[in-house]
Amino acid sequence: MKRAKPLSDYLVALADDELILGHRDSEWTGHAPILEEDIAFANFALDEIGHARLWYELAADELGADRSRFPDQQVYFRPAPDWRCLQLVELPKGDWAFSMLRQYLFDSFEKFRLEGLVASSNKPMADVAARIRNEELYHQRHTQAWVPRLGQGTDESHRRMQAALDELWPYAQALSAPLPGELELIGVVPKSSELFEKWKDEVTKFLSKSSLEIPITTTRVDVDRAVHSEYFPALIADLQEVAQADPQAQW
Amino acid sequence: MIANGRGEVASPTIPIDQIWSALAEVPDPEMPFVNLVELGIVREVEWLGGTLQVTITPTFAACPAYEVMGSNIEGRLHKLGIGNVKVLIRHHPTWTSEWITDVARAKLKTAGLAPPPHHSGNLIQVLLDPVACPHCGSTNTSLRNGFGTTPCRMIYTCNDCKEPFEQFKPL
Repeated sequence: MKRAKPLSDYLVALADDELILGHRDSEWTGHAPILEEDIAFANFALDEIGHARLWYELAADELGADRSRFPDQQVYFRPAPDWRCLQLVELPKGDWAFSMLRQYLFDSFEKFRLEGLVASSNKPMADVAARIRNEELYHQRHTQAWVPRLGQGTDESHRRMQAALDELWPYAQALSAPLPGELELIGVVPKSSELFEKWKDEVTKFLSKSSLEIPITTTRVDVDRAVHSEYFPALIADLQEVAQADPQAQW
Repeated sequence: MIANGRGEVASPTIPIDQIWSALAEVPDPEMPFVNLVELGIVREVEWLGGTLQVTITPTFAACPAYEVMGSNIEGRLHKLGIGNVKVLIRHHPTWTSEWITDVARAKLKTAGLAPPPHHSGNLIQVLLDPVACPHCGSTNTSLRNGFGTTPCRMIYTCNDCKEPFEQFKPL
């Protein structure tokens, strides 16, 4: 059966990934190991949430919804089962190595997807992708400096990075699965399976140069974005609690 | 209605140049030594019936200052006697630091903020170039953090005069 709204489904999934990753990043504010990284993660969070808003606004245009209200409605009033983010971004922030490596893995994949979207025949989507791509250069520069530094640093930093990679790698495999609506949008959006191959090639080399070993994946992680991790309901409860306490409040 | 050659249509009562001059008095909320016109944030001014529409493009997508910018723009134009002002946020074309005027770049430097280098689209290359200290001019400087106190700034230290400084990010 053909989906009613493949493009808005696709855009909401893109936005959900950014929003939830941004939320996890924000949990470092006031808790990062050094002040510079507190600032860096707060900036990651701000950027990702800002990028989520751009994608939600495009989805609103596609649905004929009010773009000034749609992002808040989606973020603060949508039940957990209706979100379409990857479990990769839902996982708790872990230690700082874990959050840094997750950011690296996600942003590296996003770089390839944005390159594909910049070339899209859908002009509004290509415009937003171009905007996000430039800002993401600063994320990539930061994570690409820290991943090798930690991977080749002290015994402890190496141990923490390898443990992070062992845990994240199975979840990252879900990046290869098509986003909601993607299969109906062939020719308009890049194929996740193709992006995944490029991504895997790049990160495998980079991680290896960072003295980190790609684990042999044994854990199977559900690639269906309608299936969430055990951590997600608590995250959504935390995210939505204040807004739902008084939905009519003016901020 | 009078077309002024810049693509805008002016109200017959208030010359469009006067509106632009007023907008050039609206400071950036975080960097009050530069204004929103010379930063390239104010893009267009247009009369839509009895309403003046001002189109702005935020520097970074997540810039938290744009709502304040909007209300400051409205406030300044109300003072000019324009009652109905609508501030439109537009993200496309994407804001680029290439839109910052030379005058604004000089003001940034005077205030101790290294201006963004010109990059003509090649951001990756320009991020590798040395950044001159706005205090002593030395290019013997080190990046301390690719992120700073606002989304559009990052932090350096000068290895010669030993002063820390921020750079407005090229974008």
